[in-house]
Amino acid sequence: MKWETVIGLEVHTQLATKSKIFSGSSTAFGAAPNTQANAVDIALPGVLPVLNKGAVECAIKFGLAIGATLNRVNVFDRKNYFYPDLPKGYQISQLAKPIVEGGALKIVVDGVEKTVNLTRAHMEEDAGKSLHEDFHGMTGIDLNRAGTPLLEIVSEPEMRSSAEAVAYARALHTLVTWIGICDGNMQEGSFRVDANVSVRPVGQTEFGTRREIKNLNSFRFLQQAIDYEVRWQIETLEDGGRIEQATVLFDPDTGETRMMRSKEDAHDYRYFPDPDLLPVKLDEPWIESVRAALPELPAAMQVRFQNDYGVSAYDATVLTGSRALADYFEATARACGQGKLAANWVMGELSAALNKAELDIAQSPVSATQLGTLIARIQDGTLSGKLAKQVFEGLWEGAGEVDAIIEARGLKQMSDSGELEKIIDEVLAANPKSVEEFRAGKEKAFNALVGQVMKASRGKANPTQVNELLKGKLQ
Amino acid sequence: MSDTSLSTLAAQLAAKQVSSRELAQTYLDRIAALNPSINAFITVDPEKTLLEAAAADALIAAGQAGPLTGVPIAHKDIFCTDGWLTTCGSKMLHNFVAPYDAHVIQRFKAAGMPSLGKTNMDEFAMGSSNETSYYGAVKNPWDTARVPGGSSGGAAACVAARMAPAATGTDTGGSIRQPAAFTGITGLKPTYGLVSRYGMIAFASSLDQAGPMAPSAEDCALLLNVMTGFDPNDSTSLERDKEDYTRDLGKPLTGLRVGLPREFFAEGLNNEVAAAVDAAVEELKKLGATTVEISLANSKLAIPVYYVLAPAEASSNLSRFDGVRYGYRAPDYASLDDMYCKTRAQGFGAEVKRRILIGAYVLSHGYYDAYYLQAQKIRRLIADDFNEAFKVCDVILGPTAPGTAFKLGEKSDDPVEMYLNDLYTIPANLAGLPGMSLPCGFDSQGLPIGLQLVGNYFSEAKMLNVAHQYQRATDWHTRQPEALQ
Repeated sequence: MKWETVIGLEVHTQLATKSKIFSGSSTAFGAAPNTQANAVDIALPGVLPVLNKGAVECAIKFGLAIGATLNRVNVFDRKNYFYPDLPKGYQISQLAKPIVEGGALKIVVDGVEKTVNLTRAHMEEDAGKSLHEDFHGMTGIDLNRAGTPLLEIVSEPEMRSSAEAVAYARALHTLVTWIGICDGNMQEGSFRVDANVSVRPVGQTEFGTRREIKNLNSFRFLQQAIDYEVRWQIETLEDGGRIEQATVLFDPDTGETRMMRSKEDAHDYRYFPDPDLLPVKLDEPWIESVRAALPELPAAMQVRFQNDYGVSAYDATVLTGSRALADYFEATARACGQGKLAANWVMGELSAALNKAELDIAQSPVSATQLGTLIARIQDGTLSGKLAKQVFEGLWEGAGEVDAIIEARGLKQMSDSGELEKIIDEVLAANPKSVEEFRAGKEKAFNALVGQVMKASRGKANPTQVNELLKGKLQ
Repeated sequence: MSDTSLSTLAAQLAAKQVSSRELAQTYLDRIAALNPSINAFITVDPEKTLLEAAAADALIAAGQAGPLTGVPIAHKDIFCTDGWLTTCGSKMLHNFVAPYDAHVIQRFKAAGMPSLGKTNMDEFAMGSSNETSYYGAVKNPWDTARVPGGSSGGAAACVAARMAPAATGTDTGGSIRQPAAFTGITGLKPTYGLVSRYGMIAFASSLDQAGPMAPSAEDCALLLNVMTGFDPNDSTSLERDKEDYTRDLGKPLTGLRVGLPREFFAEGLNNEVAAAVDAAVEELKKLGATTVEISLANSKLAIPVYYVLAPAEASSNLSRFDGVRYGYRAPDYASLDDMYCKTRAQGFGAEVKRRILIGAYVLSHGYYDAYYLQAQKIRRLIADDFNEAFKVCDVILGPTAPGTAFKLGEKSDDPVEMYLNDLYTIPANLAGLPGMSLPCGFDSQGLPIGLQLVGNYFSEAKMLNVAHQYQRATDWHTRQPEALQ
């Protein structure tokens, strides 16, 4: 039987606000346990939540960026359950009336574009952390993270492969960091993915029973977990078994998923509207002011890059992989006036060097202005491609500006034909055998002579010019 | 005790006839003498009280006194009070010393009013008799075999016995007004949102409201001036211009339209209470008021609606008492779940557990629509009835409670019988309206009878004047239990 995979993702993005969603405590990562937990965060008797408008603005930005409906009145609910790192015994979330509904995101897999629709996105608070080590059989509770604002983004079950799921997760990651509502740091848990996975026979319209893989914190794990889960579900079904609705965890060490809880163990969260918080009202001036502050979005930028700089659709997608990269490319292209060359250099030499050094584009030792100048020097004939790579190395090492490096290292391409003719004459005089062979019809001998000239010029001769002059002399 | 009205005490302090320390000491002495038989206080700390009084004296000496600076007050043990034990009447918080002051406490401190201590209350404010307190029942100063009402029973009893000139209370379904009625004092529940709930331990967040309890309406007006005001820490706090609630005191009642809801004078109302309320109506007519019969048809559903919504909110509000971070934790447990179960089984009393169970039930999957959502709809209808009524009247009048103070233990085995005590007070909470209770007579056993007024939103000043004019014409509010004279 042929099987079809159905995947929907729920992504928890930590919103990049300075303070928590319902208290004034800092959200900075890595502080000593419980030093960023105030009376509200530890849920002392009598304390009350006050909504951080910054978190709402992040959600509005996201809704606008994906073309969603912004619910002008949205409501916070309480999700009730007991856990030691959940201080109030309930999490403040949004169930019936989330701030964002609908919207869509475009992804590209193997050159094919696809639109993934979103169901909703809602604001909620994060829980604290339980620390099970170093407490001699007891559990330590760190409430620094309790109350950190999250936007939970839920997709429709429209992805049909792990590759599509990863492409969607990446596109979402790009978008939330692009619009500045999330720092995107997956190691620190700022972007966590839950994948709902089911399979069904090809042609069947109703969905199979899904299992939810919780808390995937890298794109690689997302891919591995889904691939394993799909294989497991298909094998189970083909062996005559049944899939039970369940929540599972992915173990990166074994590459397998394992059951966390079955549907029977599912909580009844007893949601109800939080009486401590008024419904959130969004008015048009507020929404418009947020819209006005939104940067140009990746999709629009991709179209513009193709039109303005003549880059391919694929290159445009790569160059808009992050806002920093796109900004870098555009600054480079503007500095040199050469879109395609700029794209090649940014995606080629620069990316390779950054990867090798494990640096982010924002940490690049070579500025966009410098790279632009370098490309301009290729364009005006000052540098050959080969020389340019040497100048790039100089820039990377921090040896100075482009022209200074060219000057200091004597890397300027030879443009004086008199000087070049002199070198050619010397080479011809020193290699009578090659000259003879060429005249006897051996084309290879010509290349050898070119090589000699280039060597004698220490790479600074213009190869095109060398070819022309050499041909003239040998005729 | 002689005249202890807040205006008199403030005048004596201003004239330096008495110091705040002396005044505080007088009340502390009376607490020491009477509290063992009344049990109105959970915590008394004379040293702290006298320190605060000395600070008030310094303000007075420096000419920086406000209208009530130096006048002491007792606080319900539901308000978090920095450095004081704050138990909320529960074993669960038997060891909880609050690290911060509730907004209400901050305001009284800023007004220079020393705290006489923390008053007893039904556990987590759940009760109408003060018998659910972990710290023992409060006795009614008029008859110590009887309850003072609840949940602000300690506050009411300490004022009635003049162990404090005034007290703070909270009212979720009648917890200020019913004990005020049972103990012959005046108590006011303001419009929802007028007084910040920050630092007031939550029972049912959408209904809870703090208010003043004192012998007279004038006292309550002065206290309300201190308590009200916008608080950015409470999202349901209303941002309004500051009012002077004494501003209407002294205005004649000529032309006042008093609405008499026929449902509040129907079956179930004690005859003596009905007679006293009727007499009060006649008194108000003499003062220039007219009456109009109104209907609050949906109010008959107030109790069932309340006993869905309040427990629903409470079941969630009380989840934080889990033994993890503060308060009581069971001494022995085998696992996390066992720790939760034992801590909450041992830390909460029967009434609190009953309401948590009801609340969890009405919010659970499959029951939510039938109970919680339905109750919210009826809550809206109850509020609509009031809106209609206020088109034809300025204030609504009726009994505060169906009867007078009952005997200790009399209703504690029958929760529903107990719940019926709040029949007339709950509608105002559900609608968010201000309501007050004031003394309007005594029954044949010498027990106080309470008259309830319910006003339109933000009509506290007007309502207080109605009570004030009535109190100028009568002396019920000045009577004190003879046994305690």
